[in-house]
Amino acid sequence: MDAKEIIARRVAQELRDRTLVNLGIGLPTMVARYVPEGMLVAFQSENGIIGFGARPPEGMEDPNLTDAGGGFISALPGAFAFDSATSFALIRGGHLAMTVLGGLQVDAKGRLANWMVPGKMVAGMGGAMDLVSGAKRVVVAMQHAAKGEAKIVPELTLPPTSARPVSLVVTDLAVIEPTPEGLVLRERAPGVALEEILAATAAPLMFDNDVPEMTL
Amino acid sequence: MRKALTADEAAALVPDGASVMIGGFMGVGSPHRVIAALAARGARGLTVIANDTARPGHGIGVLIDAGCVARCIVSHIGLNPVTQKKMIAGEMEVELVPQGTLAERIRAGGAGLGGVLTPTGLGTVVEDGKQRITVDGRDYLLEKPLRADVALLHCYEADYYANLTYRLTAQNFNPVMAMAAKIVIAEPDEVVPIGVIPPDHVRTPGILVTHLVERPH
Repeated sequence: MDAKEIIARRVAQELRDRTLVNLGIGLPTMVARYVPEGMLVAFQSENGIIGFGARPPEGMEDPNLTDAGGGFISALPGAFAFDSATSFALIRGGHLAMTVLGGLQVDAKGRLANWMVPGKMVAGMGGAMDLVSGAKRVVVAMQHAAKGEAKIVPELTLPPTSARPVSLVVTDLAVIEPTPEGLVLRERAPGVALEEILAATAAPLMFDNDVPEMTL
Repeated sequence: MRKALTADEAAALVPDGASVMIGGFMGVGSPHRVIAALAARGARGLTVIANDTARPGHGIGVLIDAGCVARCIVSHIGLNPVTQKKMIAGEMEVELVPQGTLAERIRAGGAGLGGVLTPTGLGTVVEDGKQRITVDGRDYLLEKPLRADVALLHCYEADYYANLTYRLTAQNFNPVMAMAAKIVIAEPDEVVPIGVIPPDHVRTPGILVTHLVERPH
């Protein structure tokens, strides 16, 4: 199982039946592959649809039906299409049970940075700031470190996406929960030693003597 | 009954230096024929208000490539390196606005509201220079309405009165922009006789649309 699959499978365990969920572009999109059997989750794409499915067969793509990354999708029976004001009313209005977003950094207060690297990359926040402000639960799905550099840091060095702390951080090494007291290490990825997690994390972590492994 | 314009005639209605709202999300639901005509006529100094600048050579990216845009107010430029390059080089001004805030600012502009209060952006660079307002113990940012000289829309069907329908994820910003500009130009995929679109299915009433572009040939 590669790093991305570990993350996607673990995040999928956070899904709940009959809820509205938004998956960010990239890695978070993979979570949809691992919805637990028998569970009905309504996935929203913020460009304007609830209830989308896989890319149609070649030659059957509809130029008026794409996901937020511009990729072709299909609409499942019962799907609902809407405009951008409605889409963000759903996001901000407390209707979204959970959002899963990628991350560049998370700090000890649980704040997320994921929309720009000053002087290098300016993607723009797109819908991320609304999602972090509005979703009931915000789950960050990201690699624990980038090219040896820690992404879980004492204090953000990149511009924050929101002042609001996220609910959970799932990486290829660990599950970490931000709390008012600090970051709590909840789970280790299969076969990953505590020391390895601590070495790859720049922010202080709190943990029990026996941190359980993820069950995937 | 009204006469439909060619894309070139529509583009001629957009003066240099105008503020222009353009529908679409990564080019989906953008009026591609009018965009191409605007680039071809060499429009200059436009302020574009839109969700994103799509990709180079596609959608609003065509206007960026052609140097038509002096300033843009958008939520995302991550998939258009040309926009990023022009911004960093100082050739184009880019104001980044959270997507939901952008939609609500445009909606407020078209709905006669003095602004909207949103928690989005609190404690981030988006808060810089804005008023924080506390309502019942919760903090919000005051975000001011946006209006434009021209709105360029894409729709699925238009009837001869320019009543409009949209399709699937091609709706995005088009319906709110239809309310928020002085000149509203709609580019349809299909044109149908009056009465074909049931009243319940009309999303933008024709009375708001000042010009309709002819259907594609």
